Amino acid sequence: MSEPVTALGGVASDAGIAAIAEAPLQGMITLRGDLSASAVKKAAKAASGVDLPGAGMAHMDGESGLCWMSPDELLVLCPYAEAAERLERLQTALAKTHALAVNVSDARASFTVSGPRAREVMGKLCPVDLAPDRFTPGIFRRTRMAQVPAAFWMDDTERFRIVCFRSQAQYVFDLLTVAAQPGSEVFCY
Amino acid sequence: MLILTCPVCGVTAEETEFHGGGEAHLTRHGPGSSDDDFEDYLFMRENPRGVHFERWRHVYGCGKWFHAARCTTTLEVFGTYPAQTTEPPKDLQKTISKKRPGWTWRDLA
Amino acid sequence: MSTRLATGGRLLNKGKPLQFTFNGKRLRGFEGDTLASALLANDQVLVGRSFKYHRPRGIVASGAEEPNGLVNLGEDGTFEPNQRVTTTELFEGLSAESQNHWPSLEFDVGAINTKLSRFLPAGFYYKMFIHPRPLWKHVYEPFIRQSAGLGRAPKVPDADTYEHFHFFCDVMVIGGGVAGLQAAKAAAVTGAKVLLVEQTAQWGGRAPVDGGTVDGKPVDNFVDEMIADLEAMPNVTLRKRLMGAGVYDHGYVLGYEQLRDHAPESSGPRHRLWRVRAGHVVTAAGAIERPLSFAGNDIPGVMLASAMRDYVVNYGVSAGDRTVVVTNNDDAYLTAFALENAGLRVPVILDARVLATDSPAMAEAKALGIRVMMGHGIAKVQGGKRVTGVGICSQAGEGAVLEEVACDAVAMSGGWSPVVHLWSHCGGKLVWDEAQAHFRPDVDKAPTGAAGEAFVSPAGAAAGDLRLAAVLGSADQAGKAAAEAVGFKHTRAKAPVGETPEEAPMMPVWLMPQGAGAALRSKAWLDYQNDVKVSDVQLAAQEGFESVEHAKRYTTLGMATDQGKLSNINGLATLAGALGSNIPDVGTTTFRPPYTPISMGAIAGEARGAVFQPIRRTPMHDWHDANGAEWEPVGQWRRPYAYVREGESTHDAVMRETKNARENLGLLDASTLGKLIVKGPDAGRFLDMLYTNMMSTLKPGKCRYGLMCSENGFLIDDGVVARIDADTFLCHTTTGGAERIHQHMEEWLQTEWWDWKVWVANVTEQYAQVAVVGPNARKALEKLGGMDVSKEALGFMEWADGELAGFKVRVYRISFSGELSYEIAVDAGQGQAFWDALMVVGHDLGVMPYGTEALHILRAEKGFIMIGDETDGTVIPQDLGLDWAISKKKDDYLGKRAQARTHMTDPERWKLVGLETLSGAVLPDGAYAVGEGVNANGQRTVIGRVTSSYHSPNLGKGIAMGLVLHGPDRMGEVLEFPGTEGATFKARIVDPVFYDKHGEKANV
Repeated sequence: MSEPVTALGGVASDAGIAAIAEAPLQGMITLRGDLSASAVKKAAKAASGVDLPGAGMAHMDGESGLCWMSPDELLVLCPYAEAAERLERLQTALAKTHALAVNVSDARASFTVSGPRAREVMGKLCPVDLAPDRFTPGIFRRTRMAQVPAAFWMDDTERFRIVCFRSQAQYVFDLLTVAAQPGSEVFCY
Repeated sequence: MLILTCPVCGVTAEETEFHGGGEAHLTRHGPGSSDDDFEDYLFMRENPRGVHFERWRHVYGCGKWFHAARCTTTLEVFGTYPAQTTEPPKDLQKTISKKRPGWTWRDLA
Repeated sequence: MSTRLATGGRLLNKGKPLQFTFNGKRLRGFEGDTLASALLANDQVLVGRSFKYHRPRGIVASGAEEPNGLVNLGEDGTFEPNQRVTTTELFEGLSAESQNHWPSLEFDVGAINTKLSRFLPAGFYYKMFIHPRPLWKHVYEPFIRQSAGLGRAPKVPDADTYEHFHFFCDVMVIGGGVAGLQAAKAAAVTGAKVLLVEQTAQWGGRAPVDGGTVDGKPVDNFVDEMIADLEAMPNVTLRKRLMGAGVYDHGYVLGYEQLRDHAPESSGPRHRLWRVRAGHVVTAAGAIERPLSFAGNDIPGVMLASAMRDYVVNYGVSAGDRTVVVTNNDDAYLTAFALENAGLRVPVILDARVLATDSPAMAEAKALGIRVMMGHGIAKVQGGKRVTGVGICSQAGEGAVLEEVACDAVAMSGGWSPVVHLWSHCGGKLVWDEAQAHFRPDVDKAPTGAAGEAFVSPAGAAAGDLRLAAVLGSADQAGKAAAEAVGFKHTRAKAPVGETPEEAPMMPVWLMPQGAGAALRSKAWLDYQNDVKVSDVQLAAQEGFESVEHAKRYTTLGMATDQGKLSNINGLATLAGALGSNIPDVGTTTFRPPYTPISMGAIAGEARGAVFQPIRRTPMHDWHDANGAEWEPVGQWRRPYAYVREGESTHDAVMRETKNARENLGLLDASTLGKLIVKGPDAGRFLDMLYTNMMSTLKPGKCRYGLMCSENGFLIDDGVVARIDADTFLCHTTTGGAERIHQHMEEWLQTEWWDWKVWVANVTEQYAQVAVVGPNARKALEKLGGMDVSKEALGFMEWADGELAGFKVRVYRISFSGELSYEIAVDAGQGQAFWDALMVVGHDLGVMPYGTEALHILRAEKGFIMIGDETDGTVIPQDLGLDWAISKKKDDYLGKRAQARTHMTDPERWKLVGLETLSGAVLPDGAYAVGEGVNANGQRTVIGRVTSSYHSPNLGKGIAMGLVLHGPDRMGEVLEFPGTEGATFKARIVDPVFYDKHGEKANV
């Protein structure tokens, strides 16, 4: 057993128009089940400490939270060190329910993009309307980031949290660095 | 480039977020089926000039398959609906008949 | 000569002189100049040579429609050919070269073509270079390649960066002239989110040059006020130097923003491609003046009348001292007035029209003392590299010269054509306007969007409303309609009122004089860039190219970088005339985006260099890289092909790794293999449908190799399935198969068996997976310490969870090498640490990592198939002798019905065998086995092909697998495989299992 590491060892760059950083390890559990079933709702709430979010939304409380992935899938967020224990609790709670919970903490990489130009950086890579009146904290969006799938939300009006596949972490970091290159402000939000 | 609304997650997004999956409402024919039925199922596809029903997957989004009713000439999207059905919802059929007088479901000639 | 005037130049900052070079000559201009205006200011009228005849050509226009002024711009990493001088803003140090000449612009050998021009008519290449055939390759083609083409390809990579930007708005207004400004304002006051874009660096379009008043104030003031108003509105985004390049389905618009072309010293991307989704689009792109077709209309010094006044008013540049104006409308008189105002001479205005009474413009011209000749035109322009005079003729006649007038410039106007490109890109239809002799948008046949609604509205001159009053009215209406279309309520605010002097109607003139004979027609240019003359289009019609699309391709009219912005309507009219039909019946060619060429860099956006494509890395990627890995792309993954040591060839490394895995201990990074969790009460039933084998009978704790087929019956994937518990399976897929097979599963679950209770999750990347392979594998794990990995505790084809050296692991006793082998999954975040631990304990056990090539050889020695080698999308499991993995007990599985089709059960299908060369050499991969006789095409009959081929270091010879006709029935037969360069290989058909036939080594 050794200390687990993130895909890129916590790399960061603030040379450009927004600050980009690989986030520390984050506990993540994929929960598949009928989100309208009360057993699933209860178990998800117990595992995350937050209420079930509506379609396309995320509920966050510090390192914990729930992200709505689809009508039968949630992404449960928790402190990395607690993922195994929370997974076990989820599985126990759902033992009699048709549901699937798996630890995906190590399957993902997370990044933050922050600053007044963060929306512009993301807008260069994602086909999503990121105008401040359209994309607000609380919205959880799964989409395309250039050529790879990604999901993101804002934890305040100037900071994005991005989740992507671990194997594509370097690509995503490089993408963000290119999109945030000095002198590339769009000045449109 | 189209925009489509995923009926599963409710997101309206551009075509690059989706993946087309060909004609919708095919009936699977498995072991024991006649050669003609199996050929129809595996290879024969409608190619209408006008109203068409297609399968799409929200591949970069919620990952769900859904169906879209679309005009192949004007690219108008009449509606999208979940894939767990064997024929288009009645109200959508009505909408299309209104917009394309004379059109009825499964009258592809 | 053309020169800078002492006064004028509303766009210039004369306080800021700039230096630039043209063909190495050092020249001066001012901030605010375009390269075109700066060249003219330096008397550089000649700017290029034409495409086919190498005729000297000068600047004709002042905007995006310019056909002649194309230059190579920049050097090395910033070099770019075919840049329009009229849209290139001058900057300090700009360096430009003219194109398409040798040895120099002034003296071009290729100009001999102009003397030969009567032998080089339309379709010349098609007719001439057919015979004799051998000459094409060695004489004609090299010659044509040498002499044809514009510009030069860059030699070094582009030093700049580019990007995309996604933007969403309710209304996008394209064009920042008075129409665009008014439309944007009308839409914005409703509260709609508006994006207004202008391709040049200035707002206002033509209006400030052409004059007039709005609500009683000069139009310049109106423009300034509008900009101030719009800038103050938070719901409006204004962008200059951003061209609406194309309008596509469902409100998708591409905008091309040139960020640094005018300021190369600044940092950031050079271009930004805006990918806009607009609820409604207003095209306010203005109109383009048409040339007149008279002999010599391409001689440098002949310009569009509007361009000439742009140069005088905007840049304080005169194209000549004495300018003859030739026109069929009143608008061109503005040029005469502008020239006179600047103190230049207009010896005569030749007006093709015959009007009963003078128009206000004519009266004003006469009042200024300018001679006006009604019913007259130009027979022929005199001059070579520069206009020296014109021969005047009667427009009604055949071109007899009545009088010669010396001049050094000619301003021509054949009327105006709305810029209908953006309207037409997505299917908007056009209507022919008889009075103005142009096509304009048919507003009843607009492009339609996602809901079937009209989503484009034309405004101002782009709608065919050419006069200021009409422009403002139509733009106001378009802006309001656009906002309303996307759900905003417009106010009853009145449109501003524009005023300009009255005009008399224009008169269409398609040839000057109308009865011009062959000699004049063959010097009357329609398309400057492609050297197409009136006579060429007439010849095309005569030869049967009657469709406008055919005539375009036969003559090249309207092709290349300008896409016929000047030539289109004149060409159509000429074709219509030659065919004796009406212009609207002939129709137009198709308008395709982009409006003007955009850079390849902008299209690529960020996707170059490190982010050209996503490269997927395993948790041990950096270790591999630091330890000599040569990479093999497998899908988007990079896997080590081999770890090459100092002084070793790649082949040596592969041989070493392959032997060592059989003799000692090999480590393989198997993290890329797909891992899918399938769970639910129906999971077994589901996997029975997906795999050809029976998976539902697999016991928890056990593993089974399975095959997956498509509904067509063809093999699509294989891998080992482990049953985790009663409800849960873990399915391994091939590298790169994880996403595909995950989607395959989801597709069947969502669209066919949606009532089955099964959940699937892709956990591929949660784990780093290491194959520990070889006779020392168990010893290595025992040295790590932890769980019991003995044969008794963990038998072949079993799995167990446990701990090794403190790592939480899942261990599978599976083998793709035929050796004693454990595949160990550990959380990805600890993958590298686990790998390191294995390297440490393996040190005394002869550990070596091995790459994908060794993996291939090891599996080939065992006769194991590889998806993508033995399969190619047309191979069924039965072809590969895998009948043992096809359940006979199941009623159904994906592919079962297809595998019963006659072609699939045909005994003539090629089947898998092993192949062993008689010489021990390695068969070429993909080589075909030949049989007796020839096929219908006279080629040798083929009876099989090699699917995998390697040198086996463990067997000391070449081994291969292949698909062969009746192969399994022909054991021991020798087949012939022709190689390249006359080589032939002889190989014997053998059992595909070359090594450890009874599988004893893996099961210890």
